[in-house]
Amino acid sequence: MEIPFNHRQSAHCETGVLANLLGHYGLNISESMVFGIGSGLFFGYFPFIRINRLPLTAFRVRTGGIMKRAVKRLGVSIAWEKFRSPEKAMAVLDQKLVDAVPVGCRTGAYWLSYFPRRYRFHFNMHNLVVFGKQNGSYLISDPVFPEPVRCPHADLMKARFARGPMPPKGRMYYVTHVPSQPDLSGAVRQGIKEVCRTMLKAPGPFLGVKGIRYLAKNVETWAQKMEPREAALRLGQVIRMQEEIGTGGGGFRFIYAAFLQEAAGLLNDDHLQRLSERMTEVGDLWREFALIGSRICKQRADKTETYAALAAILRQCADKETRLYQDLLARMD
Amino acid sequence: MREKDVPQDGGLNQGLPEITYAVAENGRYVGVPSLGWEPKNIANAQAWEVISEDINTQARLGRDGKRSPLAYHLARHLMTVGLAASYVRLPRWRVKRHLKPSVFNRLKPEIMQRYADLFGLTLAEFKQIPAAEVNLLDQE
Repeated sequence: MEIPFNHRQSAHCETGVLANLLGHYGLNISESMVFGIGSGLFFGYFPFIRINRLPLTAFRVRTGGIMKRAVKRLGVSIAWEKFRSPEKAMAVLDQKLVDAVPVGCRTGAYWLSYFPRRYRFHFNMHNLVVFGKQNGSYLISDPVFPEPVRCPHADLMKARFARGPMPPKGRMYYVTHVPSQPDLSGAVRQGIKEVCRTMLKAPGPFLGVKGIRYLAKNVETWAQKMEPREAALRLGQVIRMQEEIGTGGGGFRFIYAAFLQEAAGLLNDDHLQRLSERMTEVGDLWREFALIGSRICKQRADKTETYAALAAILRQCADKETRLYQDLLARMD
Repeated sequence: MREKDVPQDGGLNQGLPEITYAVAENGRYVGVPSLGWEPKNIANAQAWEVISEDINTQARLGRDGKRSPLAYHLARHLMTVGLAASYVRLPRWRVKRHLKPSVFNRLKPEIMQRYADLFGLTLAEFKQIPAAEVNLLDQE
C-alpha cells in the first residue's frame, strides 16, 4: 500500500518531517518557517558534555524542541506513541498505514540501511515519515534525501529501537488536527521572541551569544595548552556540528535568514528583510570560520590564519548576533 | 551566501546532495542542493581517520592475542562497552570482561550468538578479525 505523500527534501530532519506532514494535511508551510516558529536557532558550547570524547557544540535547540513548540504555536495536534515491544510497534505502524495516515518515526541513524556509511553514527534523534509498505519494505520520506527511499522491515525495526543516549523506544507520531486558519503571524512573533531572549539572556557562560564568546576564549587556549592534533580534532568537531548534521549551512544561520525573509512578507515589515540580510552576513562569517578552521586542521593555513584569528571571527559573530537579536526583539514589541 | 556560491565540491557525500540555503539573483532565499564543501570534507575525514585508527588498533591487538574479536567489532561499529551492553542485555562489567581473549574463548554459544546477531554476522564471522587494514568509508 502507498499513501500519496508529497516528499520535499529539506536541510534538517525534524523541521523537514513536520513541514511535509503539515503539507499532507493542507497546511503549506516551508521548512524555514517551521524552524523559525519552533525557535530552532541556538548556540551552546558545553565543554563538559562529550561526544566521541570531544566537547559538544550546538547550533540548534535540543532535538524535539522545534517540533514541540511549532506544533503548539500553530495550534496543530499531534498524537505520540511509544512502545516496549518492537513487534507491536511495527504492527501499530502497519495499521496506521492501512488507515492512510502517514506516520512520523523517531529513529537511530545507525541501523538505517539506506544511509551512506558516513551518516551512520549512533545518533538517536533522527526523524522520518513512513508513507507505505511494499513487499516487506517500507516507503520512507526521509527529509534529508532528495527522493523517497525504501527500508527493509528488519532495519526499520532495529532503527526504531536503537539504544544508547535518548533511545527512541519506537516513538511514532501522526497529525490528528490541523486548524484551517492558523495564526501564523502570532506564531512567528512568539518564535522570534523566544530565540532573541535565549540568545541574549540565557543564564551562565555556555549559552547564547555569551556561549559564542566562551567558545572564542576556549579556541585561543587550545593552541597554547594542547598538542596540535588534539586542538585540530576539537576544531574539526565544531566545524562538523556547524556544517554537517543538516544545518542548511552556517550553523542554521542561513535557514533562519530565510525564515526572517518570509516573516517580513507575512508581517508586512520591510525592516525584517534587512535583518534577514544581516543574518545572512553572520552566516557568511560562520562559513569563513569553518573555511579557515579547516585549513588549520589540514595544516594548510598561512601565517595569519591562526587560532587567535578564529577567536576574533567568533567574537565578531557574537557582536553582530547580539545587535541583531536586540534589533529583532525591538521590532516584536 | 549567494546561490551561485553554493559549493559543489563533491567528496564524502557519494553523490547525495544536501540542501543549503542561499540567496538567489532576485534576492529571495532558496534551498539549493549542494554536493559537498571542502572544509566540511576535511572535518569529516579527520573524524573518520580517528575511527579508522581505532579499528585498526583493535584489529592488531586482536591478531596479537591481546584483545578479543569483540573489541574489534565494537570499534568497527563505533560502539562503547556501555552501548553494546544495552543491546545484548548484559551488565557493562561482563561485556568489558569479554574483551579479554581468555574470557571470550570460554563464552557460552548463547551469549556469543547475541553478539553475532547485534552485528548481523554468523558465529564464524564474529570470531574472525580481518588480516588487512580496514577503511570503513571504502566499503558500501
